[in-house]
Amino acid sequence: MPSILEELPRFFNYYNSIFLAKAFLYTLVLSFVGCGVGFLAGFVLAILRTRRINRWAGLRWLATLWVEVWRRIPFLVKLMVVFFAFQFAGGNVSMFTVAATTIALSASAFSAENIRAGIESVHPNQWDAAETMNMGGLTALRRVILPQAWSVIIPPSMTYSVGLVKSTSIASQIGVLEMTSVAKILNQKGFSAALCFGSILLMYFVICYSLNRLAAYMEVRLALPRNR
Amino acid sequence: MPYLEIDNLSADYGKVPVLQDINLAVERGEIVSIIGPSGSGKSTLLRVLTGLLKPRAGSVAVAGEKLRYDSPKDLRRAREKFAIVFQQFNLFQNMTALRNVTIAPTIVQKRKAAEVEAEARALLEKVGLSHRIDAYPDEMSGGQQQRVAIARALALKPDILHLDEVTSALDPELVSEVLDTIRLLADDGMTMMIVSHEMGFVREVSSKVVFMADGRVVEVGPPEQIFDNPQTQRCTDFVSRILRH
Ligand SMILES: Nc1ncnc2c1ncn2[C@@H]1O[C@H](COP(=O)(O)OP(=O)(O)O)[C@@H](O)[C@H]1O
Ligand SMILES: [Mg+2]
Repeated sequence: MPSILEELPRFFNYYNSIFLAKAFLYTLVLSFVGCGVGFLAGFVLAILRTRRINRWAGLRWLATLWVEVWRRIPFLVKLMVVFFAFQFAGGNVSMFTVAATTIALSASAFSAENIRAGIESVHPNQWDAAETMNMGGLTALRRVILPQAWSVIIPPSMTYSVGLVKSTSIASQIGVLEMTSVAKILNQKGFSAALCFGSILLMYFVICYSLNRLAAYMEVRLALPRNR
Repeated sequence: MPYLEIDNLSADYGKVPVLQDINLAVERGEIVSIIGPSGSGKSTLLRVLTGLLKPRAGSVAVAGEKLRYDSPKDLRRAREKFAIVFQQFNLFQNMTALRNVTIAPTIVQKRKAAEVEAEARALLEKVGLSHRIDAYPDEMSGGQQQRVAIARALALKPDILHLDEVTSALDPELVSEVLDTIRLLADDGMTMMIVSHEMGFVREVSSKVVFMADGRVVEVGPPEQIFDNPQTQRCTDFVSRILRH
């Protein structure tokens, strides 16, 4: 214990602090961009799959394939697939892009299912009423269906996002300088494991706990008015 | 020329024929009731007219204008002619009574918000719900919800109003408040097609009663004919069965 206390000032020197802060930001941006893009893509996929429009049949089939395949593959494998897909395509992209794409891909497949479940939890007679009143599909979705679906969509989305934040640590495997890789590097430089991993443990906790709080807040904000 | 003219209208669910060669004429201001056993296609007929199910064949015209149910544009045009009130009310659960009434006129018909709101308040007063303007559907009784649904349909200013078993989901003591509301509309000269099992009411308000069975119109006539002197065996059986209890 005393040795750790002695080590503390040395560990949090200027260079290491910047290094850790950067990793923190990296993880944060990686998660945010990945989850954000993934959620939006999931939305499009969910709409493709729930609306029975005949001229969309081909797209619907593709959307189903996409969702069913990516949901069943472990994160590390998806990471490799994306990595090699970029290589194959000849794109010279950063490891950050590879990791963010993988997260977006995971999130899109999960969100698609989750948003679809939310949309389907709303009674179909709500669509009927909107349709006979000449509301377009997207208007009905935005004004009538989604407001009733958020309470189903948000909790699992947030749980999943927290899981993805944790999965970003796997991106250290391909050399993304996120929090876990930085902890490993500092540890190899001779700083004690307790400090290296203790500090990123704290940072993961901060991110994930904030996400949980955000989820709780959104649930209240987006709840049907009478349930507030 | 009749106000609403339905010619040889047919529709299927998947491959199953549900409506077959429906012919029907409704004059302006007329109230036509549709009766018949469950599963005979009454709801389906209204769903086809209001653009929820594409017809397979036949034609529909309102005031001489032929309605098509093909392109999105045709569908919009057809739906502008009609409004429908459903058995299960189908009020938007996330909106107050007032918002339920104002949303389509403002969002879809793009009319002025202030004007629409004034009209909506008047309509809600007409159906006896001035005091529940800010209530959400699940805070209201079934009878109140159904009256909001009627106000919502009227706010669209339809040429013809369709009512599909609007009292069937209500507790018995709430039926009369909804029927009273429909009587008000009848007094205003609203053209209506009413699917109902309330035979006393049907007899009272209808100018014409349509008896349907197995997706076909079996008999059409004034209420006295259908209830007292039906011309077909199926109608006789149905009426005697239903009037006995
Ligand atoms: N969504 C549907 N899919 C398939 N068949 C249906 C559907 N809705 C109704 N039907 C069938 O169509 C027929 C007519 O139904 P409906 O119009 O609801 O009758 P009614 O309103 O007279 O009771 C019934 O045989 C019913 O089983
Ligand atoms: Mg029915």
